[in-house]
Amino acid sequence: MAEVTLSGISKSFGADVALDDVSMTVPDGAFVVLLGPTGAGKTTTLRMVSGLDKPDAGTVTIGGRDVAALTPAQRDVAMVFQQYSLYPHLTVRQNLEFPLKSPILKTPQDEIDRKVGAVAEVLQISHKLDNKATALSGGEMQRVSIGRALVREPSVYLMDEPLSSLDAKLRSDLRIELKSIQADSGATLLYVTHDQTEAMTMATHVGVLDNGKLVQFGSPREIYEDPVSVYAASRLGQPRINVVPSNLFAGAPSHAAHIGLRPEQIVQGEGEDSFVQRVEHLGDQTRLHLSFKSHDLITVTDAHTPLKEGDIIQIRPDKPFFFDADGARIS
Amino acid sequence: MAQIRIENLRKDFGSFNAVKASTFTIEDGEFFMLLGPSGCGKTTTLRMMAGLELPSAGKIFIDGEEVSQKPASQRDIAFVFQMFALYPHMTVGKNISYPLLSQGMPKRDVKKKVSEIAEILGISDILKRPVGGLSGGDRQRVALGRAIVRDPKAFFMDEPLGALDAEFREHMSEELRALHDRMKATTVYVTHDQLEAMQMGDKIVVMNHGVVEQFGVPQDIYDWPATKFVAEFIGSPPMNFLEFQGMIGKGGNAVQLNDISLDVPQSIDGANGAMSFGVRPEHVRLDDAAPYRGRVKATEYLGTTQIVTLETANGDLKARVASSDKVTVGDQTGLTFDARTITLFDAETGAALRSQANEGVLSHG
Repeated sequence: MAEVTLSGISKSFGADVALDDVSMTVPDGAFVVLLGPTGAGKTTTLRMVSGLDKPDAGTVTIGGRDVAALTPAQRDVAMVFQQYSLYPHLTVRQNLEFPLKSPILKTPQDEIDRKVGAVAEVLQISHKLDNKATALSGGEMQRVSIGRALVREPSVYLMDEPLSSLDAKLRSDLRIELKSIQADSGATLLYVTHDQTEAMTMATHVGVLDNGKLVQFGSPREIYEDPVSVYAASRLGQPRINVVPSNLFAGAPSHAAHIGLRPEQIVQGEGEDSFVQRVEHLGDQTRLHLSFKSHDLITVTDAHTPLKEGDIIQIRPDKPFFFDADGARIS
Repeated sequence: MAQIRIENLRKDFGSFNAVKASTFTIEDGEFFMLLGPSGCGKTTTLRMMAGLELPSAGKIFIDGEEVSQKPASQRDIAFVFQMFALYPHMTVGKNISYPLLSQGMPKRDVKKKVSEIAEILGISDILKRPVGGLSGGDRQRVALGRAIVRDPKAFFMDEPLGALDAEFREHMSEELRALHDRMKATTVYVTHDQLEAMQMGDKIVVMNHGVVEQFGVPQDIYDWPATKFVAEFIGSPPMNFLEFQGMIGKGGNAVQLNDISLDVPQSIDGANGAMSFGVRPEHVRLDDAAPYRGRVKATEYLGTTQIVTLETANGDLKARVASSDKVTVGDQTGLTFDARTITLFDAETGAALRSQANEGVLSHG
């Protein structure tokens, strides 16, 4: 368990700036999710903490100690990747024991047995301990690779899209499991994903990265309800936030260039006419694709709405977000 | 444009039975989804419709004509795959015109047709570019162009968006659907993503282990699943099942779970034994006064709503409630269920029990 800090971290690969002056504190016991599209710098940030890459500038500390001079092995971090790289010729038990048998740790066998047993219990793989790793399903293999990180009880866990190769049902089961493991053990976890559901449901803090810059850091609720920019607002929310010119509706401050409307910020049945272009029944809710003064808007309505394509519905904004011409939020 | 009818279609690979006795009809102009987990037989079904596999038994009709044993080249179908296989050494324009030139269409007509298609897809300005340097989206558009340009009777797509990241995928699925709405071509689309199926499809076939579990319009399938498999596969989070031993008489409209009476739609046949009480997360309410109890295990914030996982005497249950509701992990609470939406299932077979509410949907499915 340890606090991790990054201060002024920059990293370039040739002419590409991967990280640009990123500073961030991952509090002890926090579950921090880094969110952003491909190329935003999420994985590079993880690699800075793990020691798999070195920053061009800036300092990384783990538990108050500058780790610049330490190798990945000496940093006491455990990584879990998207591709579960298990040792195929070993059993589940041998895979889980492997990190503990490292010459650096020199763990006694009874201690190893105890830890492996406890982790297998938590991940519900106790009955598979003596199976070959290759005889497992995808979800079980990923559980084992998470387990292999857990047995080491490192200061920090680093996870790079660990759930993205799993199917939807397993993903949602493991989301809850991971979150409760983290909450119960008080571990510090830095986690990379481009899946906003994972970010919203698991994180204590979300870091939003845009082209190598950290643009917002806060709880999922803060980022959803109080985004600093169009970019940050667009990271969370399904369907995504509608961004339209500020003169489309009355009442925008004079220096606003855009209005941002999440579905719940569009009141239906009052205001001005809009045209229903498409109605998508998703089961628990229905998405309305609207055309308003020749701008497209997407909002959400009742699952069994009588609205059909070609209908007219009145809408008005309700406490929308305003953004300036650069996309920064105006309060 | 075509209607496609599948009758008792079956496919065996050696001793493995990939598709068993599938029957459904795709109407002219429909956007039709074949949905199911990997290995369910959806791709095999599509390949049989296209003529890339021959059925072991059963019939396929395109516009009333039986094509079951005809080769793919005689069925006039355009296929779009997950990996957009373009000719890497050709320009965008050449890639799109290739199917027409190989059919022997005069060059002048080809040029006119290609520019028409490029217009529809919004790629007119990149016709002279090599495909090598294009973005994923543009490549997908070119692959579509090459399929559309032939004016085939139907489009078949096998997870065409599977390789794209989430954000771009949503954008492309909207674009695909809009394209369909303009062209009204019969489209058969294979996916394992239930949200994609709900979002884009006019009708959905849900398959599992080679069997058609249900066939119908998306909202009907969501509201009134024919089997537990469908109820779990569609919806995120899926339908909850409270497992219990009990009975319900013909015309009855309540069941007893741990001596607590819960209302359900009026039963048609009645049932006795192991049953599952199926309720969607958005139809569960937290109400301290209610006699049916649960303990809060976890909450997941999702913006406007949150998912609350509860432990009950009949198994775990998820509720979707407003994120403004204060819910604390560890708390005991009462639960109510919207009686109009409940489906009871036979716990053994997984089949939905018929009620006044689901009869209309199940009888034509």
